Amino acid sequence: MTSTLTPVRKRSALTKGQLPKTAPYIVLAVALILGAAILALIGFNAFGWGLVSAILFAAGLVGWSLVVEGSRKAKDKLATCLVVGSFLIALLPLVSVIWTVLVNGLPGLLDPGFLTTSMNGVTGAFDNKTVEQGAPLLGGIYHAIVGTLLITVLATLISVPVGLLTAIYLVEYGQDRALARAITFFVDVMTGIPSIVAGLFAAAAFFAVVGPGTKTGAVAAVALSVLMIPVVVRSSEEMLKIVPNELREAAYALGVRKWRTILKVVLPTAISGIASGITLAIARVIGETAPILVTAGFATTINTNVFSGWMASLPTFIYTQILNPTSPSNPDPSSERAWGAALVLIILVMLLNLGARLVASLFAPKTGR
Amino acid sequence: MTTTSLTKSRGAGHTGDKVFSAATLAAGCLILAVLFGVALFLVVQAIPALVAPADQIQGGEGFFTYIWPLVIGTLIAAVIALVIATPLAIGVALFISHFAPRNLASGLGYVVDLLAAIPSVVYGAWGVAFLAKEISPSYDWLAKNMGWLPIFQGPASATGKTILTAGIVLAVMVLPIITSLTREIFLQTPKLHEEAALALGATRWEMIRMTVLPFGRPGIISAVMLGLGRALGETMAVALVLSSGALTASLIQTGNQTIAAEIALNFPEASGLKVNTLIAAGLVLFVITLGVNVIARGIISRHKEFSGAN
Amino acid sequence: MSKRIDVKDLNVYYGKFLAVEDVNINIDAKSVTAFIGPSGCGKSTFLRTLNRMHEVIPGARVEGEVLLDGDNLYGPGVDPVTVRSQIGMVFQRPNPFPTMSIRDNVLAGVKLNNKKISKGEADVLVERSLQGANLWNEVKDRLSKPGSGLSGGQQQRLCIARAIAVEPQVILMDEPCSALDPISTLAIEDLINELKDQYTVVIVTHNMQQAARVSDKTAFFNIAGTGKPGKLIEFGDTPTIFSNPTEKATEDYVSGRFG
Repeated sequence: MTSTLTPVRKRSALTKGQLPKTAPYIVLAVALILGAAILALIGFNAFGWGLVSAILFAAGLVGWSLVVEGSRKAKDKLATCLVVGSFLIALLPLVSVIWTVLVNGLPGLLDPGFLTTSMNGVTGAFDNKTVEQGAPLLGGIYHAIVGTLLITVLATLISVPVGLLTAIYLVEYGQDRALARAITFFVDVMTGIPSIVAGLFAAAAFFAVVGPGTKTGAVAAVALSVLMIPVVVRSSEEMLKIVPNELREAAYALGVRKWRTILKVVLPTAISGIASGITLAIARVIGETAPILVTAGFATTINTNVFSGWMASLPTFIYTQILNPTSPSNPDPSSERAWGAALVLIILVMLLNLGARLVASLFAPKTGR
Repeated sequence: MTTTSLTKSRGAGHTGDKVFSAATLAAGCLILAVLFGVALFLVVQAIPALVAPADQIQGGEGFFTYIWPLVIGTLIAAVIALVIATPLAIGVALFISHFAPRNLASGLGYVVDLLAAIPSVVYGAWGVAFLAKEISPSYDWLAKNMGWLPIFQGPASATGKTILTAGIVLAVMVLPIITSLTREIFLQTPKLHEEAALALGATRWEMIRMTVLPFGRPGIISAVMLGLGRALGETMAVALVLSSGALTASLIQTGNQTIAAEIALNFPEASGLKVNTLIAAGLVLFVITLGVNVIARGIISRHKEFSGAN
Repeated sequence: MSKRIDVKDLNVYYGKFLAVEDVNINIDAKSVTAFIGPSGCGKSTFLRTLNRMHEVIPGARVEGEVLLDGDNLYGPGVDPVTVRSQIGMVFQRPNPFPTMSIRDNVLAGVKLNNKKISKGEADVLVERSLQGANLWNEVKDRLSKPGSGLSGGQQQRLCIARAIAVEPQVILMDEPCSALDPISTLAIEDLINELKDQYTVVIVTHNMQQAARVSDKTAFFNIAGTGKPGKLIEFGDTPTIFSNPTEKATEDYVSGRFG
């Protein structure tokens, strides 16, 4: 015995008093089976099964750990279960929203003419006919798509120059002056303005300047700009800050003026990040409903003039179709149109988000030989 | 002394410098002007409602009788949202920053950000078409078994279109905001502190309780405040989900209303003094959210100064 | 193509703090002058005042005169941009513009100032500058590739090519080899020796052997203690400074007793 230097043991002293590696899987299997049994008693549904099993799993694993490993390890297991559980719970609404929109939205989107016609002349009588006699669903979202695009483009045209120039001021000229600090502070405050208040501001401003009841696409664009400018400022500021000072100094040392240095060296270096930030800002405001509701009204016809007349947009279209169906007695066709529009809107937003990532990598300064 | 070779002016470039810096300055000042304009125009358009005789305001008892149930309703909805979202958000943030495998973490963060990308009107539509229907049986259960609590007093709404449902939808909407901010703060926890705790034999949870959470507390508080700002001002989820009515204590009956939803529902058809009343309501909302945001920003900037983060 | 620099009674301040005190120095045209001294003695700060690059740092200002062939850099009506186009600078870390190709990096000084230049002239200028920086043979086949793809030493020579493409009178170098490996350092030192045929070169270096190898004259800066201003202690021919200095502090420093 004494001659053996490394005693042969079944388990290392370092793994004594631990649960076996397979413990979570065993507990999970037991929890799933028990959960199914309990649910079978009170009426089976998938959500309940998952919930009950998760609770059983956490209780089982923590209890086992308490017996074998002691209270400290058990607490650690409990915390892990809670943290992972909260992440899974957070995923539920995301999956549920996307699933709901897909299932309800596809029929609407697949209706012929949904993307190419407006709601002009579509009345409750047509919808009643669709429900009662199976006539094809009339009406579409062309006017809303046009409105959304025009309003968003105008808002972008206002926000990007103002936001970008402000970011340049803050990073290149501000140098911690009182004015720069004030702007930074108020930009932060602006990010917190509720979107409906931004809409009311634009409405109130145009009511006071142009005349009461002024509701056009341009007013909506101003409202969206109030929401968009702070986002553009913050993201551009971050991007300009990470441009190395060495590049600015290199340009100055070549006898290049400051404004040319900013335009030709600093901006091109940061452009990928700035463009991606702007794309995300667009994605954020394109889905805004409340400010458009109070500034552009709703229209059922195609209006391509942002400076006169009410204008439709995808979000307000969804809102009105749900809240005030075209045919109050048969709301199903309106709801189908609303979900179709929601699907289009989500696709648009997701494309913009994806585009932002693409832009970031596409315009990034190239390295390599 | 001759300075000819150095004073040869290149006029065009110099004007360029002046014009460009003036343009950036003007843009910065424009932002200040716009914010000032927001306050000014809201006040100007709100004054008629504030000075109008009481019987001309909706409800017939003056502006303040009109607005206070809305303020309370707004607060109720926001508080429900935060009570649900805060623990979840901290859990999710911890999961992404300290529990998930490194190579998955950024992808999972992106998934949570997707929650923030979904437009509010879609959340509203989801809330009314899916959540309200699915959740109404549990309201019946609450009314039956917990009805002795004023907030769960029955009879429960049959449609599920209650302030609690609206609060849950709001919680989903503020969750990604609180998550992304707290996640940033958690990731800034000094690695040395974490390693010191682990080297003492702490379990992962003990390490988090000893280092990550104390370090992140000011960040969590300000993230929750920013989430509160968002929840107070969110319009569509409430406007679509809530079947509004008079102020009630029960969260599972129809009733209550928030400022933002009140404006959205009534502004499009409003005229005359009603417009001014609604703008005044917007001014009240603006002031409340402004206060909340200023406090949140204050906490963040004070925290930045002594933590050495960034 | 090259001018002399005379500095008279120069003080440099950061806000209220006096960083460099009372420097008088005469730098000959077509020579290499090295500034040596311990960290924080103000030699880099002083170098920056020779083409007004210190003005990029908030709060930095100078008193006194810097004469470029008799013209005061700080005289009334003098534009720092004009100064910098006559006195070029190479920095500690190679900093080619990441958004530009090798060719565009060389042409940066011309193009960024929006000067019109024909393609033929540009080609000549690119080749001449890269030849001047001993880089032509290494990059002539990939002029359109990004400059950030080169090795550290090549990038630094690209930065030198970029500086000489503006055809300055003087080239200032702020520890140009401190981020480079020994082989690349050797290439830069060879280049400095060739540059002095055409340019006045002023180089700040931490490396005393380097100062001894490349410079004709050496200036030793020192600082009495933290919070005190840096001063020019001794200035003379490089062999004298290294073998027979007049000041005790210089001797202590070059013999490695401190610093």
